[in-house]
Amino acid sequence: MRAQSRTSADRLARLLNLVPYLLARPGIEIAEAAGDLGVTERQLREDLELLWVCGLPGYGPGDLIDMAFDGDRVTITYDAGIDRPLRLTPDEALALAVALRMLAEAPGVANREAVERALAKIEDAAGDLVAAPVEVRLPGDAGRVEQLRAAVEGGRALRITYYTVARDETTERVIDPLRVLLVGGRTYVEAWCRRAEAVRLFRADRIDAVTELDEPAVVPPQARPQDLSEGVFRPSSDLPLITLRIGRGERWITEYYPCEQVESDGERWLVSLRVTDLNWARRFVLGLGPDVTVVAPAELADQVRDAAAAALDAYATPEPTGVDPAAATLRQ
Amino acid sequence: MRVGDGAAASVYGVSRSRTERLVNLVICLLSTRRFLTAAQIAATVPGYEHDPDDAREHEAFQRKFERDKAELRELGVPLETGTASAFDVEPGYRIARREYALPDIPLKPDEAAAVGIAARLWQHAGLAAAASSGLAKLRAAGVDVDPQATLGLEPMVTVDPAFAPLTAAARDRREVRFDYRVPDRDAPDGRRLQPWGVVCWRGRWYVVGHDLDRDSTRCFRLSRVVGPVRVTGAAGGYQPPVGVDLISHVARWSGPVERAGRATVLVAPGRAAGLRRWAVEVTARPEADRLVLPYADACSLARHLVGYGPDVRVLDPPEVREAVIQRLKEIATRHDALAAVR
Repeated sequence: MRAQSRTSADRLARLLNLVPYLLARPGIEIAEAAGDLGVTERQLREDLELLWVCGLPGYGPGDLIDMAFDGDRVTITYDAGIDRPLRLTPDEALALAVALRMLAEAPGVANREAVERALAKIEDAAGDLVAAPVEVRLPGDAGRVEQLRAAVEGGRALRITYYTVARDETTERVIDPLRVLLVGGRTYVEAWCRRAEAVRLFRADRIDAVTELDEPAVVPPQARPQDLSEGVFRPSSDLPLITLRIGRGERWITEYYPCEQVESDGERWLVSLRVTDLNWARRFVLGLGPDVTVVAPAELADQVRDAAAAALDAYATPEPTGVDPAAATLRQ
Repeated sequence: MRVGDGAAASVYGVSRSRTERLVNLVICLLSTRRFLTAAQIAATVPGYEHDPDDAREHEAFQRKFERDKAELRELGVPLETGTASAFDVEPGYRIARREYALPDIPLKPDEAAAVGIAARLWQHAGLAAAASSGLAKLRAAGVDVDPQATLGLEPMVTVDPAFAPLTAAARDRREVRFDYRVPDRDAPDGRRLQPWGVVCWRGRWYVVGHDLDRDSTRCFRLSRVVGPVRVTGAAGGYQPPVGVDLISHVARWSGPVERAGRATVLVAPGRAAGLRRWAVEVTARPEADRLVLPYADACSLARHLVGYGPDVRVLDPPEVREAVIQRLKEIATRHDALAAVR
């Protein structure tokens, strides 16, 4: 029932909007109008039929909304007084104003000045509705993003020096860029990676150097932008699963990483999550607070213990001071 | 189903006659300068025909009219109530054109393109629909939006479910209650807040306001709000401080970023690429490279360095070095004990 009343409200809103829309575009093709308004041609024709029997009290021929058809084109010849769209609702004003503020704040965005002018005009038209106190700040390296955006717009393949956290390594690779994205406050270049032979997201703050190559970016036909509506990292079930026992102080993990299972075990929690790489998991576990133990896999537990033991051994041996003995040997 | 709506269903599965009646009601109320009573409207607008002397019919009409008024108000149609003259007792209705119509928004092509891009930012959640219906109104006002335009950068905006109710409450200055879960607590706490505003900081959403139980300014992360936000106060129930800088509250709360400290570490050749990237000084030596790392907090630097295990050895300062050794001992002991059990 509720869904149905929503559809009814949507249709009424669309009809009240349709008359001024057509009024502003005499002789528009029905297909074009339908595309613009996000409805099918059949829906649009039904809407027009309905409007045709609506009008001013009296409801005589001179009172009803009238329109002239010329082939596939339509012109409103009498609007019965609905010549302007309804003003923006609070939600509409907020949705547009907040999105414009996001755009204006996005580091490295092109034509920021036009965004700011548009925002001022929308705020002006919406009046009190956008008094909703919403502020946006998206810190980022604007210079770097600007450079990446220009490189992507240049339509050339790029050679990048990229730091991969999962493997803790910096590599050179050639990419064919698709687009520059801002997700969750971070900027990414989405591109076909010739090294991985797949579409990859490259975080702007991990791109250490960019060179534009003398060849055009060629994105293979099978390359598709990824669906990021569920976030940037969506763990798949073929990745290694690790289980940790954590104390209260490390509960933040469950908020920061997508976890498959979080189970209380009295004072501690058993947490399972997918990781892209066990070496990353080793660095991750070593870097956590004191109250963490690896439950599974055993391989990871061994790696963590061995790494800690080896590091302690190194601290136990005297470190090189002053003249480096190895360097001195080499010089001889 | 609805009472009294015996019309043929259209492709929308919604009664056609109801929509028709509502369009006619809007046109009628826009065209009148006098307030029209319900009886006058019933006698004028098609779809309200009934015998006012028949109690059941009259009651059905009243219910229908109430529902229609509610639907118009929900759409944002400014329905005015008043009486046509001092002699009238029955309330009447009309729509003031000035209140109804979207004011003229003279957007230049590049500005219209920006609005079009902005409307696409909302990924899902409630505001995506609001953004596209808002854009449709701008189009109806004669604004042409180039659907192909880009600004070279596509921000994707997602909001938590608490965004809409908290924003509305902050706008209307109404006190709210919600359950809030901090990761290191077992159960959510109930909070009472006078929200001042909502902030997006580094891609996360927060609400800033006066926490009534703690009697001080607090920030809450929207993703930690559990369940519904309940509006408990009357509109205009408080005044946020004049000139409050919402961002600064959140920015202050999310911790220091200035890296004034300097640590010196030895790194095995070809290892710890992540550390090399933010070193301010690298001295290459055959058996171990010497890196100088800027840092803000000795403790979190130590944690980070422990992650590299035997590839990294801290030389200086002592507090970082000691913290790293201490952590390594704890890890070794804990996992040794575990291996013994296995």
